[in-house]
Amino acid sequence: MGALLELVDVSLSFKGIRALTDVSFAVEQGSICALIGPNGAGKSSLLNVINGVYRADHGDIVFDRRRATVMHPLSAARAGIGRTFQHSALFKNLSVLDNVLTGMSRHARSTFVENIFRVGRYSSEDRAFRRKSERILEFLELSPFRDTVVGKLPYGIQKRVDLARALVGDPRLLLFDEPMAGMNHGEKADMSRFILAANRELKATVVLIEHDIGVVMGLSHHVVVLDHGRKVGDGTPDEVRRIPEVITAYLGPIH
Amino acid sequence: MSFLLETIIGGLLVGTLYSLVAIGFVLVYKASGAFNYAQGSLVLCAALTFVTLVDKAWPPLAAGAATLVLMVTVAIAIERLVLRPLINQSQVTLFMATLGLSFIIEGLSQFFMGSTVHELDLGVVDLPIALGDILISRLDLIAAATAAILVVVLSFFFNRTRIGLALRAVADDPQAALSVGIRLNTLYRVVWGVTGFVALVAGLLWGARQGVQFSLTLVVLKALPVLIIGGFTSIGGAIVGGLIVGVSESLAEIYLGPLVGGSVSNWFAYVLATAFLLARPEGLFGERAINRV
Repeated sequence: MGALLELVDVSLSFKGIRALTDVSFAVEQGSICALIGPNGAGKSSLLNVINGVYRADHGDIVFDRRRATVMHPLSAARAGIGRTFQHSALFKNLSVLDNVLTGMSRHARSTFVENIFRVGRYSSEDRAFRRKSERILEFLELSPFRDTVVGKLPYGIQKRVDLARALVGDPRLLLFDEPMAGMNHGEKADMSRFILAANRELKATVVLIEHDIGVVMGLSHHVVVLDHGRKVGDGTPDEVRRIPEVITAYLGPIH
Repeated sequence: MSFLLETIIGGLLVGTLYSLVAIGFVLVYKASGAFNYAQGSLVLCAALTFVTLVDKAWPPLAAGAATLVLMVTVAIAIERLVLRPLINQSQVTLFMATLGLSFIIEGLSQFFMGSTVHELDLGVVDLPIALGDILISRLDLIAAATAAILVVVLSFFFNRTRIGLALRAVADDPQAALSVGIRLNTLYRVVWGVTGFVALVAGLLWGARQGVQFSLTLVVLKALPVLIIGGFTSIGGAIVGGLIVGVSESLAEIYLGPLVGGSVSNWFAYVLATAFLLARPEGLFGERAINRV
C-alpha cells in the first residue's frame, strides 16, 4: 500500500504565534485518518497547509511521492486533493448541480477558444462532466435538489453538497474540515455513511477533522492527536484512546 | 404617436450602448470584485489610438486590429499589475486604485495623442432612415446593432459555458474556486481581455456619434446608474438597465425638458438610480444577499 500523504516536520506560525510545531505523520493509501484535538490545537491550520491555503514555515509535504515545501491550492486541486470547508464555502448563488460541476474543474482540458466556440474537446468534456455530476448527486442522494440554489438549502444538505463538489472530481485525497459540525444524530449517521462509501467505493483516502469522538472511533483507521500545535498521539483508535494526553485533553486532567 | 415611438426607439438605440459599457463593468465586478472606474479611460484610450492611427494613414482595419491588441494588453496588464496585488483588499481600496489608474491612462493617452477633438468616421453616411413616418439615425441603428450582437454573444458566453460557470463561482467565493481547481489567473485574463475589447467597441461607437474627446470618459458615470438599476452582478441586469436608462432619459428630455429648461438627459438617470436605491438596492436582477441569522 504505502503512504499517499506524508508530512515531515511541518511548522507554521502567524506573525510570531506558533500554530504548528514539527508535525510529522503519514496517511496510508486508502485509509481514513482522523485529526483530533481541542479547539486551537492547529487541526484546521494543518489541513490548510496540506492543500496550500497556508504556507508552512518549514517542513515538507509529500503527496503521491512528490515532495513540496509550499503547496498551492490550485496545483493541489489539480493533483487530486479535494476538500470541504469548516464554514461551508459553497457557491451560494449557484444551483446544486452547478456547484458540483465546478468540482470537475481539475479535469478540464479544453482551452478558452474551445470554450467560446464550443468546439473541440468542449462538448465531449461538458457531457462527461454533467454525467459524472449527476451520478454523484444520485450517490449522495442529492438529486431532488439538483436545481435548487444552494443558499436556500438547509445546513445539513449544504454540507452534503460540499462533499459532492469535493468528491465529483475523483480526488485521491479528501480533506474534511469538521464535516459534521452542528449536525444532529441522524445527519451525522448519514454523513458517516457517505464518507465510508467515498472511501470504500470511490477509493478516496480521507483525512478528516472531527470533534465527536464516537464518530471518530467508528470511522477511522488511524487517529492523529494534536494539542497546542504539536502531535501528542498517533495510532489506531484503540491505541490513541489509552494515551494520557488524549484522556487529559478530552476528559480533563486526572486528580 | 409616431413622435413618441421615435423617442422610444431613439432611447433604445442609445440604451444598447449603455448596456454594452455596463457589461464591461459587470464582468470585472464579478471576477475581481472591483467597480472599475478606469473603464471610461480605456474607452477614451481606444478611440484616441484608433483615430490617431487612421490620421497617420493606416487602413481602418489595421488600425482597429492594432488598437484591439493594445487594449487587450493594457486591460490584462491592469489586472496583473494593479488589481492582483490588491487581492483580498476592501472594495473601496480596489475602487480607489482604478480611480487613480483612470487619471494615469487619460493623462498618458492625451500626452501621446493630443487632446484636440477628433472626428471618427466609420464610413457610415448618417442619413436618417424612414420607417413609415418614423425617422431613425442610420449611425445609431448600426451602432445599436453592433452593440446588441456583442451583448448577446457575451451574455451567451458568460452564462452558458464553463468559463461562465467559473466566473459565477469566483464571484461567490474565490478561495473555494481555487480549491476546486478553477484556474483563477486564466479567468482573470479572459475577463480583462474581454473588457479591453468592449472598451474598444464602445470607444468606436461613441466616438463616431459625438467625436473623440475627453468627454468619452464620462461613460463611466452613465454606467453607474445602469448598474444600480440592473444590479452589479447580473449581465441580464446590465442589458435591461441600459435600455431603461436610454429610453427613460430620452422620454424625460422630451416631456420633462420643456418644463425645466432642457438638458434633462444629463441627470435623469441619476434620479432614477436614486429611486432604485431607495426601493430595491440590489437592483432588478442583483443577487439578494442571503443571510442566516
